[in-house]
Amino acid sequence: MKYVDEYRNEADIQAFVSAIGKRVTKPWTLMEICGGQTHTLIKSGFDRMLPESITLVHGPGCPVCVTPLEQIDRALAIAARPEVIFTSFGDMLRVPGSTTDLLSVKAKGGDVRMVYSPLDAVKLAQKHPQRQVVFFAVGFETTAPANAMAVWQAAKLGLDNFSVLVSHVLVPPAMEALLGAPDNQVQGFLAAGHVCTVMGYQDYFAIAERHRVPIVVTGFEPLDLAHGIHMTVDMLEAGRVGVENQYTRAVTPEGNVPAQRLLKEVFVVCDRAWRGIGVIPMSGYALAPAYASYDAETRFDVGGITAVESPLCIAGEIMRGLKRPHHCSAFGTACTPERPLGAPMVSSEGACAAYYQYKRTA
Amino acid sequence: MSDVGPALAGMMCPIPIEEYPHVTLAHGGGGRMTQMLVERMFAAAFANAALGEMHDGAVLTLPPGRVAISTDSFVVSPRFFPGGDIGSLAVHGTVNDLAMCAARPIAITAGFVLEEGLAMEELWRIVRSMAAAAAEAQVPVVTGDTKVVDRGKGDGIYINTTGIGVVRDGFDIAPRRARPGDIVLVNGPIAEHGIAILSVREGLEFESPIVSDSAALHGLVGAVLDAAGEAVHVLRDPTRGGVSSAMNEIAQASRFGIRLEETAIPIAEPVRGACEILGLDPLYVANEGKVLVIVAPGRAGAALAALRAHPLGQGAARIGEVVDDHPGRVFMKSRIGGMRVVDMLSGEQLPRIC
Repeated sequence: MKYVDEYRNEADIQAFVSAIGKRVTKPWTLMEICGGQTHTLIKSGFDRMLPESITLVHGPGCPVCVTPLEQIDRALAIAARPEVIFTSFGDMLRVPGSTTDLLSVKAKGGDVRMVYSPLDAVKLAQKHPQRQVVFFAVGFETTAPANAMAVWQAAKLGLDNFSVLVSHVLVPPAMEALLGAPDNQVQGFLAAGHVCTVMGYQDYFAIAERHRVPIVVTGFEPLDLAHGIHMTVDMLEAGRVGVENQYTRAVTPEGNVPAQRLLKEVFVVCDRAWRGIGVIPMSGYALAPAYASYDAETRFDVGGITAVESPLCIAGEIMRGLKRPHHCSAFGTACTPERPLGAPMVSSEGACAAYYQYKRTA
Repeated sequence: MSDVGPALAGMMCPIPIEEYPHVTLAHGGGGRMTQMLVERMFAAAFANAALGEMHDGAVLTLPPGRVAISTDSFVVSPRFFPGGDIGSLAVHGTVNDLAMCAARPIAITAGFVLEEGLAMEELWRIVRSMAAAAAEAQVPVVTGDTKVVDRGKGDGIYINTTGIGVVRDGFDIAPRRARPGDIVLVNGPIAEHGIAILSVREGLEFESPIVSDSAALHGLVGAVLDAAGEAVHVLRDPTRGGVSSAMNEIAQASRFGIRLEETAIPIAEPVRGACEILGLDPLYVANEGKVLVIVAPGRAGAALAALRAHPLGQGAARIGEVVDDHPGRVFMKSRIGGMRVVDMLSGEQLPRIC
């Protein structure tokens, strides 16, 4: 398949593996930001091909994993209402809230539907004027433009039966928070290529300078990751800080400007809670005042919901790069994809799910 | 696989549509309406001597040997999809389950659960397709049952088929019989049925339409057994849960490991593209016309040649082997040369967010 097979070529990847082996002289800890990258690494077995001195820790870039438990409980409360058609990306349906998940709400009679695009949710609202259609707008800068477009279109169509439950988060403030933590172990970053496709990578220069780290904008195929790791190791070994771009076929420094314009129109930057990490200042999006009437949180009055995490789950430490899934006492025992304690065990971008599916030896 | 058998081609719905445009509760009531539906539609479409008796059950004379029996219920939505429909699928599914036991299918039964309001014309299309699939497979539908449920209590139509077959003499085909050194073969590109269904269900459009592989495999299996004889240890159709679940079940039952080669697993480009876009792993996607053959290494070449010589096995390939290592587990050498676990599917595969 064109644009895929070239980036999964064994010989090219082996060449990078041996180049990394030759370049590396001391142990380094790198973090790949995005859960999609984590899955590529584990699923292709690439993590086992690297020299032992390189430790990969898995970052917070899993939209489902960082969505706060309270927000999932709000989604569940809204989805159970008889007048509501609750729409979501498929990945969110199995994620556990405090007591249940969206698939179970559906099983009990809630009208929960999986959509492939938020614009499909807008179409549902047009088709069912008597019902309230709610879309669960989760994700990073990658999904935000399409979700902004859905709100913008609903406003243009004058739909008063459409709303979004917003839980959008932003990558640069999270990187800043990880690097600023006293227990940080990450020495270099593979930045999330698709986020940079939308936002560009200008924001990362200041972070790299301030925290004296190399940041390499990296794609998602095995060859992208091999190349990105090689570039990061090269910067670390040379003592170079700054931002370099591995993913040049998709990412430009300025990003997708029309998408950014739409984001500015529909959203404002706000403080956001990250599941397992806590509140990070100015790290997410909320609807701008002009679009506030599309906010499902106020429309259905679910703002007051609070929730308590499982004390066993170490998802927060995993997403901050302090631990890896197999360090968790519940991994594969009390916590499995069938009975997950935390979101990283369910999501197709979650680090625990990747370890469970592709790496579990017992 | 064809939509209509030669005898039924062009045949109009035998139930007077203007009088009964939809299935009603009365069609399942056991009275005159039921009789009309059974006689005019089912008996006419499936016509054979055993069914023609209109008795409570079919009386058959079986050839000597061990008997295999298998049952399957079909609840597929959408009812019609590229490459088949719930009717043809209901025949293929049960015929294939018998074939996986090395059995020659002798007859199948058909139980229909119809939802009040189902268009009579649609039922006729499904029954016609089922009759055509049965005729093509040369497996008669010898007895059946019809129930009608209230509107809203079913999804249009559910079909159960049960099949009976006679096992080839001397063959003991079972997952527990996989042995280290055995070769794993598949008869063609995987994941086509699941993606065909998904494309209709979710209204996804691809450049080239993806067609279900639904087909009756007993002819193909017969050819493999002729060619490789008792060296064939396991046959398995990787339906729900896909190739990965079937492989895991065999690894667990045999208590040996299985090692697959990602680059060797055949998969059509449009299917691979669809899986890439949707974030689905083709190893977990359903097939309805595929068989995994586990065969002793000495006869693997003969088995592969027999698969490839059959119209349903032209894309056959050797995809892996049974190993002593990691008992009960399936590993795969990835495209880039790494190794990873291939686990059982947990719940349903759901498309990812970004």
